[in-house]
Amino acid sequence: MSTINQSILTLILLVPLAGAVLVVLVPDRAKLPNWIALLTVLVTFGLTLHLPAHFALGQNGFQFEVNRPWIENPAIFYHVGIDGLSLWLVILTGLLAPVGVLASWNAIKERRKIFLALFLVQQTAMFGVFISLDLMLYYGFWELSLVPMAILIAMYGRKDGPKAAQKFFLFTFIPSAPLLVAILWLYARTNTFDFETLKILIANGQFPANALFWAALAFLFAFAVKVPVFPLHGWLSDTYSEAPVALAMVVAGKLGLYSMLRFHIGLFPVQARAAAPYLIALAVIGVLYGACLALVQRDFWKLIAFAAVSHLSLIVLGIYGFTFIGSTGAIFQILSHGVVDAALFFLLGVLYDRYATSQIAAYGGLAAKLPSTATLFVLTTLAMIGLPILSGFVGEFLILSSTFSGVSRGWAVAAALGVILGATYMLWLVQRVFYGPQSELIQSRPADDLHFRELVLLWPLAVLTLVMGVAPSIWLSTIEQGIQRPPLITQSGPGIVTITSIPEGGRR
Amino acid sequence: MNPVPDIYRILPEVILTLSGVAVMLIDASLPAGTPRRSLGWVAAIGTTIALWASLWQLSLPQGAGFYGTVETSAFTIFFHVLICGIVLVALLLSLDTLPEDSHHQGEYYALVVFGAVGMCLLTSAVELLVVFIALEISSIATYILAGYRKQTARGPEAAIKYFLLGSFATAFLLYGIALVFGATGTTQIYEIARLVPLAQNQTMVLAGMAMMLVGILFKVSAAPFHVWTPDVYEGAPSPVVALLSTAPKAAAFAVLLRVAYELFPTLHFIWSPLLWIVAALSMTVGNLAALRQQNVKRMLAYSSIAHAGYLLAAFAGLGSSGIAAASFYIAAYSAMNVGIFAVISVIGGYDEAMPMVEDFRGLLYRSPILGSVLIFFLISLVGIPFTGGFFGKFYSFSAAVDGGAVALAIIGLLNSGLAAAYYLRLAFTTAQRPDGNKAQTAFPEPRMGAAVFAALAMAVATTLILGIVPNEVLRAAEAGAHTLKTPNPQQDFHGIVMERLRTDAVRPPILP
Repeated sequence: MSTINQSILTLILLVPLAGAVLVVLVPDRAKLPNWIALLTVLVTFGLTLHLPAHFALGQNGFQFEVNRPWIENPAIFYHVGIDGLSLWLVILTGLLAPVGVLASWNAIKERRKIFLALFLVQQTAMFGVFISLDLMLYYGFWELSLVPMAILIAMYGRKDGPKAAQKFFLFTFIPSAPLLVAILWLYARTNTFDFETLKILIANGQFPANALFWAALAFLFAFAVKVPVFPLHGWLSDTYSEAPVALAMVVAGKLGLYSMLRFHIGLFPVQARAAAPYLIALAVIGVLYGACLALVQRDFWKLIAFAAVSHLSLIVLGIYGFTFIGSTGAIFQILSHGVVDAALFFLLGVLYDRYATSQIAAYGGLAAKLPSTATLFVLTTLAMIGLPILSGFVGEFLILSSTFSGVSRGWAVAAALGVILGATYMLWLVQRVFYGPQSELIQSRPADDLHFRELVLLWPLAVLTLVMGVAPSIWLSTIEQGIQRPPLITQSGPGIVTITSIPEGGRR
Repeated sequence: MNPVPDIYRILPEVILTLSGVAVMLIDASLPAGTPRRSLGWVAAIGTTIALWASLWQLSLPQGAGFYGTVETSAFTIFFHVLICGIVLVALLLSLDTLPEDSHHQGEYYALVVFGAVGMCLLTSAVELLVVFIALEISSIATYILAGYRKQTARGPEAAIKYFLLGSFATAFLLYGIALVFGATGTTQIYEIARLVPLAQNQTMVLAGMAMMLVGILFKVSAAPFHVWTPDVYEGAPSPVVALLSTAPKAAAFAVLLRVAYELFPTLHFIWSPLLWIVAALSMTVGNLAALRQQNVKRMLAYSSIAHAGYLLAAFAGLGSSGIAAASFYIAAYSAMNVGIFAVISVIGGYDEAMPMVEDFRGLLYRSPILGSVLIFFLISLVGIPFTGGFFGKFYSFSAAVDGGAVALAIIGLLNSGLAAAYYLRLAFTTAQRPDGNKAQTAFPEPRMGAAVFAALAMAVATTLILGIVPNEVLRAAEAGAHTLKTPNPQQDFHGIVMERLRTDAVRPPILP
């Protein structure tokens, strides 16, 4: 068993890559590449489930760790491992991969092999981001995750793919240049890229505070663009409207939010606390701004894009409130948002597949024609707007209540207003698409309801949102363990500076 | 004293010369009209043997032969293997892309191999006249190759431009050599390095160094000596550009490393700021100009200027770390650049049916393999991790930061962000769905023979190896760097040289 534990993370990285190679090699006949890709992602998902089964609750530090030298000069290590923070994100990535493959089963008709191979490479890159504990390795996967995404947006863009791809790539690539400089600066001072070593060295005051400020800012900037935090969200709506469904559902959110938690707050706790008031303000603005813009969109991809800005900003609020409950809620909300967004994207992909338009006005009265689509859509919507007993509620409640009690009442009230607006635009979307008189398009074009393939995928997701809403403690117990580790909560140990007091800037 | 026979010191060059002569002789003895494609295989086999011979030279003790004019060391072997590898890829590429009925195939292969002789010799020469002769051997071969498409107006234009400007540059180099000889009385590199701080006439040494730098920087197409590059790349056949944009540059960079670190180590404080400026200028000029190009080959020409700039940033590094970074970058740059021009020659064919970025639209749909490989090389040129381009830039900029040139590293990083814009424009156009309205029948079916396939596979594999497991190559580059006789950085030559310059100013310069 210990050999499996030793190699499980490496396997999770390599299986999608091997699948990608296999997809390239097989002939493009009768869905064969699709089946291979599906098999690969299912195997990978199975492997990720090994992690919670053997995750030692209550054990501090990283688990399933592998630390081997990779490149001698500079000293880059293949150092991977997970803790309560990354555990569920790895599983979420594993879970969404089959969703992605099935979502593109019929939607991608041309050059399936390239699509699936790049999709699988994208999986490897995302797993890599979540499990890397060597900053250079992390940076490698971070950059790598851009490439398949951008190429696929360019290939399968609905209107002007290359333009959206270019926007997406440059928006996220250029901020990673300062990130690289900051990583190299840390290396130049310490001769290590190792996350844990650097964390201790930074906490011990090995670096001049002034320079650390800039390094932390470089990290934050790169992550904030990726999330995206207002006002850096310019790339998101184009990407959402152009990207294939399988990729749009993973492009925003978790990579950036996880990186904030792990590498911004994790490495630079003092600087992160100093930056928190600004980020809280930006987050609340983002919640309201995203919700207001979502209200006036005519295209449902764009509506979802601005809804995502709003939801992700709420998570940022939870993270930078620096309360224990808020952080827990934020991580839970990343998971919930990942699942719910995937289901929503899948359903909108179903609509786009059948009616070939994303204009909301073209739809109307669809519920009578596609009843099970309508049912699942409403269910997903309710999970998204945070109805109690569904998954969205838990995270939103934890974030808002902790903000109210631990950060600032004013910001909490403002953010709650955004949540109300969220209910408005989502329910209005449901009303316009599924109810009311049937539109011309709906009447004129025959379309079948959800197929078996689609049902088999959507119902588990719907059940999952319910389970997450009813029994969040399954997730929260491991998540809390990830948070309890430094530096969010007071802790002490040999050679580690104890951070006991929250600087004034952290409270409002 | 020297137990190694002199001939072993130039064994790869000898093998290359013999295979070049063999190609010419067979070409002459074949009756007219016989297909001459097999001559390419003769050249390729000769190059492969030369490559092995260079590796074999590793077993020789480091040292110089032929009265101290040519040297074998880890440094020369690194560049020999690199140049032979590039030439091999270029030959394999030409085998499938040169038109079947060309009468000049024999000459073509012979010229490529003779050019390789010059480039190899250039990297191992430790005597300035041998440097000059080697440069001429390689230049004359490449001048002819640049004008190989005689049917079009662009081919001869490219050749004439390249020849005229190249001759000027060589003249500069020669004049610089003459001045240095005048100041020191010798052309042996190590002797000069020893005598430079003692030379009475420092003005002359400085003028000589400046002229030599101009000559070499022209060859590596660094700004402001870059104006020939886009025209030549556009006019020359793509397989030739694959060679032209990599191997002669690698050789010229080897010479630049020698001149900077071995010949004038004592003048570091003068050439270092000069190269700093040239590096910053090359990156910026190259990238800004490339942004506006619609012709793919011109765009890549400007991109190669920018890459020369990134590479020169490594010269800001201290001693051997800078040399190792530069050597590694040359290898990475060569692998991806020879690769991308290989793809372009296969796509466009010899007649270059598709010169513009817009012509590449939908390539990934029509030819998935070529499209993917093209995108792969573009991604590497952008400098995404897990490709050679990333570590190349990484080492170059780290060397610059180590050497204190933080500003240069920042300029370089900003430039790589800028460069991503035009590389990706091509990559995303390639990935875009073909335009349904436009009849795409004009697109020629690319010929993918075994030779081209091998060439592309070699370039892709090298780019990946340099990006994923660069340890071996880096170690070789470092070993090479350590064999260059770099100066003791503790010693302060600045004062000595400035003192000499001051006395020069009051005294009319005389030859020692």
